[in-house]
Amino acid sequence: MKQWTRIIPWLTVLVLSVGVSLAQSLPPDVAKKLDDLDKAAKNAQMAGDNAWMLTSSALVLMMTGPGLALFYGGLVRKKNVLGTMMHSFILMATVSILWAIIGYSLAFGEGNAFFGDLRYLFLRGVGGDPNADYAATIPHQTYMVYQLMFAIITPALISGAFAERMKFSAMLLFMTLWSLIVYFPMAHMVWGKGGLLNAALGGKFPAFDFAGGTVVHITSGVSALVCALYMGKRVDYPSETMRPHSVVLSVIGACLLWVGWFGFNAGSAVAAGSLASSAFIATHFATAAAVLGWMVMEWMIAGKPSVLGAISGAVAGLVAITPASGFVKPMPAILIGVAAGVVCYLMVSKVKQMFGYDDALDAFGVHGIGGTLGALLTGIFATKEVNDLRMGKPMGLIDGDAGQVMNQILAVLISWGLAIVGTLIILKITDAVCGVRVSKDQEMEGLDLTMHGEEGYNFEA
Amino acid sequence: MKRIEAIIQPHKLEDAKEALKNIGVDGMTITEVRGHGRQKGHTEVYRGMEYKVDLLPKVKLELVVPDPRADEVVRTLVNAARTGKIGDGKIFVSEVADAIRIRNDDRGDAAL
Repeated sequence: MKQWTRIIPWLTVLVLSVGVSLAQSLPPDVAKKLDDLDKAAKNAQMAGDNAWMLTSSALVLMMTGPGLALFYGGLVRKKNVLGTMMHSFILMATVSILWAIIGYSLAFGEGNAFFGDLRYLFLRGVGGDPNADYAATIPHQTYMVYQLMFAIITPALISGAFAERMKFSAMLLFMTLWSLIVYFPMAHMVWGKGGLLNAALGGKFPAFDFAGGTVVHITSGVSALVCALYMGKRVDYPSETMRPHSVVLSVIGACLLWVGWFGFNAGSAVAAGSLASSAFIATHFATAAAVLGWMVMEWMIAGKPSVLGAISGAVAGLVAITPASGFVKPMPAILIGVAAGVVCYLMVSKVKQMFGYDDALDAFGVHGIGGTLGALLTGIFATKEVNDLRMGKPMGLIDGDAGQVMNQILAVLISWGLAIVGTLIILKITDAVCGVRVSKDQEMEGLDLTMHGEEGYNFEA
Repeated sequence: MKRIEAIIQPHKLEDAKEALKNIGVDGMTITEVRGHGRQKGHTEVYRGMEYKVDLLPKVKLELVVPDPRADEVVRTLVNAARTGKIGDGKIFVSEVADAIRIRNDDRGDAAL
């Protein structure tokens, strides 16, 4: 398969040059036929790639709603189930509009090293023809909408940290500013043309982040920690009973996340070729390993293998393999998964208790730590056998290039820094404009009634 | 008339219902309740956070019977709901002043 794809350009040149030279001697209809054949081949590839990428886009949207909405919704108390689900759901609308107006342009317009220009403002110039820089075989529109789904789930992940106590209006303002100040620039740096860390399109410090370890998980996870520290603990935390009201919902959510993540990671190949298969497989095996890693740790330390632990392990594994998925082979993927399961378990069950911050749904412990772990391990396990981005030169440490680890560390530091500074500024602004936290009375009564005027479960109805 | 209020283990409800049916008791009201007596609760762990759960799910059965039947009904309930372990529950018996059937104004024992 690989040899074939390598000779395709030569074959094309050969066919074309033969075509051109014969064009004069052959009857004109033969030249036209060759031309038509070339177009037909291109259309066939576009049809295949586009089908997978539209499917992937839908899968990634499904991660936010209902995936994350259910996962988070089950973990809160029942008086906050709607408010928590709304955090995820409303971003499917808010970020979409923001993306169409300016977001896509700021992230993927060719600007400077830090953010994009305004060339795609209002989606101007984003049409059916491919953008060869980003994805040569799918319509630019498909690429744009695929990337939108990432911009939706990333802020939704943060909402786990401030669950059960943030004012809805403040949440909307916070998320809008966060997209503008943290997400769009970070996405541009790593994936945008000319971005500082872009590994494929001329970044100064090329970092490997296949599907968003830095862009999605570190930014959201670290911002979550800042939110938890800034907003303070929930009333009576941790003394009052704050058990998850339905781990059942969370199990359904986690399973939807696992399935949707195939669109997230395998879709990041932006084509339906062998790289997508490789990312799909790395994602799956890492996740399975992380489930077992978390479960065994918990079983040994806490005495029982909990269901919440098993599904949390799955999410930790999915997070950690995200940056590595398009660069590593299956066995290193399993190693990354086990590491994520073990480290994230210790993080949420031991370290969080030690420091006593109230990251309500463990957005930092799972996404911040899992994302950081994955980004660093990508520098170690990336190999040209999976992704020959550097045309035969070594990729990660196991290929013999220790330098890549340094680039990964730099990318991690930049994303941590941007998340901390950006989120702090945004929280200050939001607090000044409308106050970030609900009143104590509202918190006791629950966000469903006080923010939305509804209840999640009306069994007498 | 006596009001018999039995708080029992949820998994014993079917046995209790069956036993009451066998001695010819027709009516009862059931509520899912939570509570504890001497039986202490249990601990649940969610991501390393321990929660002490001391109010456990129970079922409350309420029925009102003519005075002569009270002892028999209590005995039947005790036999049906007993496992012999802590947490089996309790039965309370009290006097009822009157009973009225809403459909046709029957009063007293006739309304039961």
